[in-house]
Amino acid sequence: MTTVAAPATRVLRFPNLAAWLGVAPFFVFAIMFLIAPTASLLVGAFQDHDGAFTLSNLARLWQPSIRLSYLLSIEVSLASAFSGALIGLALAIAALRGGLPGWVRPTLMTFSGVASNFAGVPLAFAFMATLGRLGFVTIVLRSVGFDIYAAGFNLFTFTGLTLTYLYFQIPLMVLVVAPAIDGLKAEWGEAAEILGAGRLQYWRMVVLPILWPSVLGASLLLFANAFGAIATAYALTGSFLNIVPILLYAQIRGDVLHDPNLGYALALGMLLITGLSNVAYLYLRARSDRWLK
Amino acid sequence: MKSSKFGAWAAIILGVVYFLAPLLATFEFSLRMRRGEYSFDAYRVVLASGNFRDSFLYSTVLAFVTIIVGVLVVVPTAYWVQLRLPRLRGLVEFITLLPLVVPAIVLVFGYIKLYGSSSLLPLTATSLGADALLMFGYVGLGLPYMYRSVETALRAIDVRTLTEAAESQGAGILTILFHIILPNIRSGILSGAFLTFAIVIGEFTFASLLDRPAFGPYLQLIGASRAYEPSALAIIAFALTWACMGLIQLFGSGVRVSADKR
Repeated sequence: MTTVAAPATRVLRFPNLAAWLGVAPFFVFAIMFLIAPTASLLVGAFQDHDGAFTLSNLARLWQPSIRLSYLLSIEVSLASAFSGALIGLALAIAALRGGLPGWVRPTLMTFSGVASNFAGVPLAFAFMATLGRLGFVTIVLRSVGFDIYAAGFNLFTFTGLTLTYLYFQIPLMVLVVAPAIDGLKAEWGEAAEILGAGRLQYWRMVVLPILWPSVLGASLLLFANAFGAIATAYALTGSFLNIVPILLYAQIRGDVLHDPNLGYALALGMLLITGLSNVAYLYLRARSDRWLK
Repeated sequence: MKSSKFGAWAAIILGVVYFLAPLLATFEFSLRMRRGEYSFDAYRVVLASGNFRDSFLYSTVLAFVTIIVGVLVVVPTAYWVQLRLPRLRGLVEFITLLPLVVPAIVLVFGYIKLYGSSSLLPLTATSLGADALLMFGYVGLGLPYMYRSVETALRAIDVRTLTEAAESQGAGILTILFHIILPNIRSGILSGAFLTFAIVIGEFTFASLLDRPAFGPYLQLIGASRAYEPSALAIIAFALTWACMGLIQLFGSGVRVSADKR
């Protein structure tokens, strides 16, 4: 290091000025376009019309229409997170540990990268063309004698929305949980086998305890992901399904709650739910990383 | 072992059916515009529409500006955190994760409150201001991916040695950043750029609530008013996403595409 010590001193002489100037734009950006806007909503949620402190906005979130919105949002997010996590986990285990040919894994990972980013308005279009009244699958099933709409299915409902969300939830699960499955060391399986454990015992007593924090964490991530999503639902159902993001969208567009401060409280509630899910996800990930490093 | 292999195949095949069916169905639907026969009429109508071209062009230009600003914000930060300010790493990483935690609709609501026409900095009052606001919002949406891609690429090169070598030749800090560091982390930047593009090009929430003539709101409008064009647009959007991810694999290190490289 002695040979480079001389030039290095130049950075050392003004180390912090140059470095702090270099990171300054990032922090200015973060404050102006991430932190301050969010913080101003949080403050607004605790203010009345005249800017005085109040808790009444939060209390008024309990009124039936808003409460039902939150409930519906939570139900849709739970349903799509739970089934997305289970199916994604099964797919990831199958591709990574199922003894399938080598091309399966990279194909699944690449496709998951695409599908997890294929959300929003076009995804709604795709499902309308598939499972709408005139959708391809609907017509094919009807031609073989099974009319899903007569059987009570409707794309523009809870079930339809959940089914549509799965299109980005499952791939996201595959991407998030794959490293954890990769972290399962072959030695553990061998050790279990030598000690006389059956396949089921190995999965129940070795894999499950190691994998569950990752799986639960990933499920929480999926939950937050669905809870904040709006474009797909809006394009699919308009304001037919009154989930919280759609209610908030309507509030921003036209003040449907007739009270901006109530709108801020609505946003605070969303932020609280996605924030807590993410914090729990990060905690669980840190926990599983201990095993899987 | 046999039975588990069977189960694995069954899972994969069910997955393939679920994921390919909507694509095939959408493609089939997009060909139905002419009565009684398949045709590409829906695509022809879409591509010939002025609104399609204007909104697509708007979003493309915006995506490019977003990527450039994103790189300018992220690269120096990741560089200095790596080289000089490691104690900021936790804080910077936390900030880059914020856009994943704060839903887009909440963030844009904050923009409208803070930068609305009656505020101190009324960005939404002028069309250029609103464009800038949308662009900064998109820089935020892309931030988690851009930062991760760049940071991973920076870790793979010897930043300290490169910097010291360049300094010993008399290079200033801008030369070092743009002529030494930037080319060396090109793959990471490209990964982040393509991912940003894929996110930004059809984004709906920000663009719609900031009233910008972008591609996302255009898509939504067509979906509400037309029958076959939406399917054609969905196929086009899917092809675009696919192209972005393909380019990441081609040029980049596949930072987010294969999440196993953390």
